[in-house]
Amino acid sequence: MARALPVVTDYDFDEEAHGFGEPQETPAQPPSSLPEKLALALVGTGLVFFLIQIVEQLARAELGDALWLPALAGSWVGFLSSYVLMGVGATLYFWLSYKDTHEGIKHDGVYFGSMTAKGALAWVSGIGITGFYVLLYWNAEYLSFAVRLCDPLSVSFTGKPANQWFLYGLLYTVLVLAFGVRTIMKYRHNRYQIVRTLSVMFFQLGFAFLLPQLLKRLYSFEAYPTYFWPLDYDALFPGTISDLWNNKGHLGTFMLFWGLIMTFVATPVLTYFYGKRWYCSWVCGCGGLAETLGDGYRQLSDTSTASWSFERGLIYSVLGFIALTTLLLWGHVQGWLPSGSYVNLHAIALGIGLGGSGVLGVLLVRVEGDWRTKGTSARGVLYLLVTLIACTLAFEGWLLYQVQNQGMNATVTLGVALSHLAKLYGFAIGAAFSGVIGVGFYPLLGSRVWCRFGCPMAATLGILQRFFSRFRITTNGGQCISCGNCSTYCEMGIDVRDYAQRGENIVRASCVGCGVCAAVCPRGVLKLENGPPDERWVNQRPEMSPTGRPLPSMKD
Amino acid sequence: MHVVIVGNGITGVSAAQTIRALQPDWQITIVSGESTYHYSRPSLMYVFMGHMRYQETKPYEDHYWAENRLDLMRGWVTGIDTKAKRLSFSDQRTLDYDKLLLATGSISNKFGWPGQDLPGVQGLYSLMDLKALYENAKRAQRAVIVGGGLIGIELAEMLVSRNIAVTFLVREQSYWSNVLPPEESAMVTRLIQAHGIDLRLGAELDEILAGPDGAVAAIKTKGGEEIPCQIVGLTAGVRPNLAVTEGSGIPTGRGILVNDRLETEVSDVYAAGDCAEIKTAGEERNRLEQVWYTGKLQGRCVGSVIAGQPEDYDAGLWYNSAKFLDLEYQTYGRVWAKPKEGEVHHWWEEPTGPRGLRIVEQEGAVTGFNVMGLRLRHRVCERWIQEGASFDYVLEHLAEANFDPELYRRFEPEIRAALSRGPVSVG
Repeated sequence: MARALPVVTDYDFDEEAHGFGEPQETPAQPPSSLPEKLALALVGTGLVFFLIQIVEQLARAELGDALWLPALAGSWVGFLSSYVLMGVGATLYFWLSYKDTHEGIKHDGVYFGSMTAKGALAWVSGIGITGFYVLLYWNAEYLSFAVRLCDPLSVSFTGKPANQWFLYGLLYTVLVLAFGVRTIMKYRHNRYQIVRTLSVMFFQLGFAFLLPQLLKRLYSFEAYPTYFWPLDYDALFPGTISDLWNNKGHLGTFMLFWGLIMTFVATPVLTYFYGKRWYCSWVCGCGGLAETLGDGYRQLSDTSTASWSFERGLIYSVLGFIALTTLLLWGHVQGWLPSGSYVNLHAIALGIGLGGSGVLGVLLVRVEGDWRTKGTSARGVLYLLVTLIACTLAFEGWLLYQVQNQGMNATVTLGVALSHLAKLYGFAIGAAFSGVIGVGFYPLLGSRVWCRFGCPMAATLGILQRFFSRFRITTNGGQCISCGNCSTYCEMGIDVRDYAQRGENIVRASCVGCGVCAAVCPRGVLKLENGPPDERWVNQRPEMSPTGRPLPSMKD
Repeated sequence: MHVVIVGNGITGVSAAQTIRALQPDWQITIVSGESTYHYSRPSLMYVFMGHMRYQETKPYEDHYWAENRLDLMRGWVTGIDTKAKRLSFSDQRTLDYDKLLLATGSISNKFGWPGQDLPGVQGLYSLMDLKALYENAKRAQRAVIVGGGLIGIELAEMLVSRNIAVTFLVREQSYWSNVLPPEESAMVTRLIQAHGIDLRLGAELDEILAGPDGAVAAIKTKGGEEIPCQIVGLTAGVRPNLAVTEGSGIPTGRGILVNDRLETEVSDVYAAGDCAEIKTAGEERNRLEQVWYTGKLQGRCVGSVIAGQPEDYDAGLWYNSAKFLDLEYQTYGRVWAKPKEGEVHHWWEEPTGPRGLRIVEQEGAVTGFNVMGLRLRHRVCERWIQEGASFDYVLEHLAEANFDPELYRRFEPEIRAALSRGPVSVG
């Protein structure tokens, strides 16, 4: 007869306070192979050459022609020995470090790593990336030495020297390609992940980098075919449209119609058939970076109902903001608005900010519970209101400063106020939110901060996906063991497990269809599928008590 | 009415949810000594491997319990007075109940091996075991795992992820061959070896030896070989945790004995999940059911019974799943290691990858599936088996059951070709 272990009755470890996830020291890793070390040496060499060229430019600025060195910065040798060497070295390293591993999920030690578990490395990276974006948007002169190094490539593409946006496009593309190789190697047992990653690499390289440069050379006009309203927030502004129609020649006319077709025809049709993933995790550049560079941070996305409520309030506010601004601008040029009458900027800012927050708060609390979407959280609504009011007050502070110290006039015509509004969107959402916070906070808040909380394109696609789409994630009967891998690795912070453990399909506005939940599931429970929209709501065997009453769930 | 549930695992929690749905006003208290909140036991391994933190293993946010008025109490029950309807705790507290559900789960088996209680010897079932493993892993270069089942291979994977060498003693000649048919078992056996685990087939533990510090230093096999190690993982199955019933007069056999409504013979005392032994269960099904979903189903069933809307426990068609290292396994219907009389086993195996499909046929009707490295739809397989779909029909419509991610290679043509060449074994 089997004898049992003595039953413990003195165990009183506080797992809530102390957890189990942190080993005393990071477990020993197998040492890097020689080829891996050589690949890392390439990255290091590239970095050294990068720094040499920065120093060279500083010295040349100081000494002028007296500097006897041959000019490296701005030459092909300089370009190849810095950016290209780093990119190639990193790509090689990723390939080598995965090629001899077993095919399968590679998440060992994710929560032990300083970089992936919000340790010191993550903070340094977060601050570094955030700083880069601040320079890029508002202090580009500090990047000029780094920009110079891309000149040969820029000149060969367009005949013009590089600017900070060329540098940004180049870095972005190199990162998507290098980390794309990492993503492919990491998920190489999974064809959906391979094809999807190749797709974002292709669209980034071809449609977001090479083609715009080519068009710039041929037509002196940088056009981005995969970038349209509402992500391209000013695409429908009257000024943009008349500029494309009147000043940009045939390409301008083409891009105008292309953009309108993508926004009003392709978006609803493709989303109906495939869900928002056709854009967000297959085409979009922001998505491309999130799925490659950001893949290591996906577990950091908050899964709580509070963050979900916060997300819904914020992302639809952003969409409302840009739609309203666009409409008002049209009202202005069409003469529907009393554009000549004077308004007070303080009144507008406080009125829209505080009034809007109040209306939104009431709407969220009253309406959300009635939608079929669940998970209203008073805490989430509170966070949202605090955030919106803080933004309003920050803006009001800036306005006061401008009026008192910079001679700005707070009373302007409605037309001028509207142009301020459009600029405010560009600053606050287009630059600060999507770039500085969206990418800079990858290592702290996860890889989809912008896509989840701010992107108006994701908001539009989400509404379509939620109400007019064939896409869903199907749950496989009763196989779920509530392990939580799906929720942990959902980059959009969807609590996938809450649906899967009740046998309910996942139909969520925010799901970008990356497919990682299905990949990490150890029991084969989840499958991304397209099918008749009505069947999305039909549970194969809904999780009910045996007498037919629904069980209380997390999200009711 | 005060319902007290001992155990906050999937069974206890499922019961509590069901009672709450049916009886909005009853007081419900869930008692656990192991953890403050319900967590997913199958996730223990992911915490140790660094895939998740403990926080991520909890299926419900902490505010869920208060919102649904499910009271949580942390403490170890040491005695049940069924006359006074009172529980006593290790710290001298007491708790009165009107109805009591015992959902105490399992404990790891030990078979009286010399040295089995030494420091460094442990099972893998609870948070207590996880905590012990964190401590034991700190000083370990090699571990020996005893018992070739699902927990053994999980423990091996966990330790390998921390670069601790693993020797895996399996009594049978092939991994889990008392449950898996030879082809599946061979597939997993090869995989274990490919992952650098020192797999010893046909090997049994004889003795666990202590070092000068009193902790595990080595084990000796029945073959006389001594293997130095600092951890011994005992994973030779689990058995019902009956500790709380001692001296209570609640009848127990291997588990806490219950009828089809999960009632014990003592009035207002119920038992469900791993710890329960269903007296009336047929011979096809085990009287003890110790998997996740049966815990959930029994919890719901007993919840309805307690809430006054009784019905008999029905586990439905057997199914299960697991993941062996990187290889997923699903099973639908009963697939025995050897065909039973009248059964015909059809088997397809992909030559290049660890993938395989077994279809069991009896008198022309399909009765079971074993799926390795592929995913099949639970409800489709279940429907086919329940409706007695013919082997030819299933083969022809196999694509309907495909649950692999999009863009995956489809194997239906190869499977059809291979399976129409004849069975692999006949009972």
